Amino acid sequence: MPDDAPSAEPVATLTTGDGPGPLLRTRPAEAGIPDADVLPTDPPGGILPLEPATPPDLTAGDAGIRTGDVDAWGRSERMRRLARALYEPIYRYWFRVDWEGLEHVPAEGGALLVANHAAAIPSDAPAIMHGIETELGRPVYGLAEYLFRAMPVIGTLWSRCGGVPAHPDNAYRLLHDDGQLVLVFPEGAKGTGKPFRDRYRLRRFGRGGFVEIAMRSGVPVVPIAVVGAEESMPILWKSRRLAGLLNIPYFPITANMLAFGPLGTVLYFPAKFRIRVLPPVHFDVPPDQDRYPRARVMEESDRIRDRIQQALYDMLRARRNVWFG
Amino acid sequence: MRVLVTGLGTFWGSRLAQQLEERDDVEVIVGLDTREPRLPLERTEFVRADSDYSILDRIVRATAVDTILHTHLIVDSTRMSSRALHEINVIGTMNLLAAAGAGGSTVRKLVVKSSTLVYGANYRDPYFFRESMGRTQAPRTRVERSLLEAAAFVRDFAVDNPHVVVTKLRFSNVLGDAIDTPLSKALRLPVAPEIFGFDPRLQFVHEEDVTGALLFATVNDVPGVYNVAGDGTIPWSEVCAIVGRPRVPLPPLGTYWAAEPLRALRLVDLPHEVLMLLRYGRGVDNSPFKRMGFRYRHSTAGAVDAFARSLRLERTVGDKNPTYRYQRDVETFFRHSPAVVRDR
Repeated sequence: MPDDAPSAEPVATLTTGDGPGPLLRTRPAEAGIPDADVLPTDPPGGILPLEPATPPDLTAGDAGIRTGDVDAWGRSERMRRLARALYEPIYRYWFRVDWEGLEHVPAEGGALLVANHAAAIPSDAPAIMHGIETELGRPVYGLAEYLFRAMPVIGTLWSRCGGVPAHPDNAYRLLHDDGQLVLVFPEGAKGTGKPFRDRYRLRRFGRGGFVEIAMRSGVPVVPIAVVGAEESMPILWKSRRLAGLLNIPYFPITANMLAFGPLGTVLYFPAKFRIRVLPPVHFDVPPDQDRYPRARVMEESDRIRDRIQQALYDMLRARRNVWFG
Repeated sequence: MRVLVTGLGTFWGSRLAQQLEERDDVEVIVGLDTREPRLPLERTEFVRADSDYSILDRIVRATAVDTILHTHLIVDSTRMSSRALHEINVIGTMNLLAAAGAGGSTVRKLVVKSSTLVYGANYRDPYFFRESMGRTQAPRTRVERSLLEAAAFVRDFAVDNPHVVVTKLRFSNVLGDAIDTPLSKALRLPVAPEIFGFDPRLQFVHEEDVTGALLFATVNDVPGVYNVAGDGTIPWSEVCAIVGRPRVPLPPLGTYWAAEPLRALRLVDLPHEVLMLLRYGRGVDNSPFKRMGFRYRHSTAGAVDAFARSLRLERTVGDKNPTYRYQRDVETFFRHSPAVVRDR
């Protein structure tokens, strides 16, 4: 096989939970695994740094350049500020979001935020991102389906607002190299596409890829339980045919469409949101390993899933009314 | 050091030969190409070869070179037919490596200039490709396939010749005042094309850093595969803003055919791989080469800015690069005639 040949395996996503994915294969050769692409020559001996004729003027050259505020991940703080200003009334007066345990979100350093996922068009992701960004003043990057990136306009807006395709290496860089907060929904489309009767019953947490990412990056997982999103846009029925035709994960008929007509495709019901942040889970393993024991990963994944499920039951027991909490 | 440079007629080859000429530890520079050098050269010997380097075996033996700089991989598919491109990239590399690996060969170092085109551009891509990562989609264009094939030859060569230091450099999109690429041509137009609804993250490397990286790999032993790209990424909209060009959108569906008028009017040829780049962008991890000791002189934004500056100058004073014409008789006279007084 040529060394640059395309990988035969499909690339994993976190949201659809397809396991650790290519990150396992992407560790540099220094880890000791023979790597297909690194040429089989001994590590170099003495390197003589080649001095440029004139000293490097990286900073001097960059000083006068007009640069925007779009970072390496495509996120624009200016765009986020605009999005927050537009979303603030919805957050405050429509969903009336209440937080519990926000102090569990680390004030600095990387952390993987893991939450349950719901509503035909997920209403939980913007609420969590908005809440943490306004309360803690830290940016949150949301991992999501690659599909967004392929969509014109939407993909660009999504990216400017902090969306990043859920490639394991993207997650690793954000958490390990950049020390950012990363939000992921391990249930993926299985969570948002579930019918209303299954509300608040967590789907499979992928194959535990998120645990492996957190272990490798050496960051804690912060579990988050969201109540209210399920009722904001419940799915009554799904068309597999139309979904296949449009090449999207599911094509739902929502209660909102029946209630509001065409407007219902985008208008949420004003369900009361309660978000509970659970204490962070630290893994007692060394970071940057090539692999972690499968059993350990699955065990931790199940434990985190269980904690979120228990928190949801607990919150639902306390909830008197869907609309007023 | 006795150096053979392939693709002397390309911009890189000529620029590199010029810089090698300044070094005292480089005894001999032999340049190979089908076309004449683009820049005036002092002591480089130019040999005209077939596009597939069939005479290479003899040259390598006769000159006893110890270092081969393979800069002649075509990455801009708009320059020639896909047939000719295949001949140069695949067959040329094959013959070159066959000559370098032949029995009794004196070659101890091979530096190959490849491109980050081998990673492709697709929506399933990671935001920063590491050298060990593969494409997420099979290559669809001739240029990408030929680069992958050439890379396979290089890898086989490295396996078969463990005593040779093999460096493969994958350069991201190059900007500079002396080089024309589809993207730089697009930026020279009064309005820059974009694909509606997409604003890809791009990464550029300045042409000075390209020759710098090639020279660095020639002087030092840095075996392996390395990405070479300026620090940081920059959205296409930002590039156009720095250069001062308004953007005109191409439709996201049927983009290739929508770009046809630009092609037909000979304004700019945007081939499939460039359109994919303008849609999804591409970022690479440039840290391994930096860890090896290479220092960039330009970041991605710096390369764009330098390009914008040279463009402004060009608009005012016209083409500032005087055209150079290689004249064999004159060159031969100056280099070999006993009438010329040397070593003064």
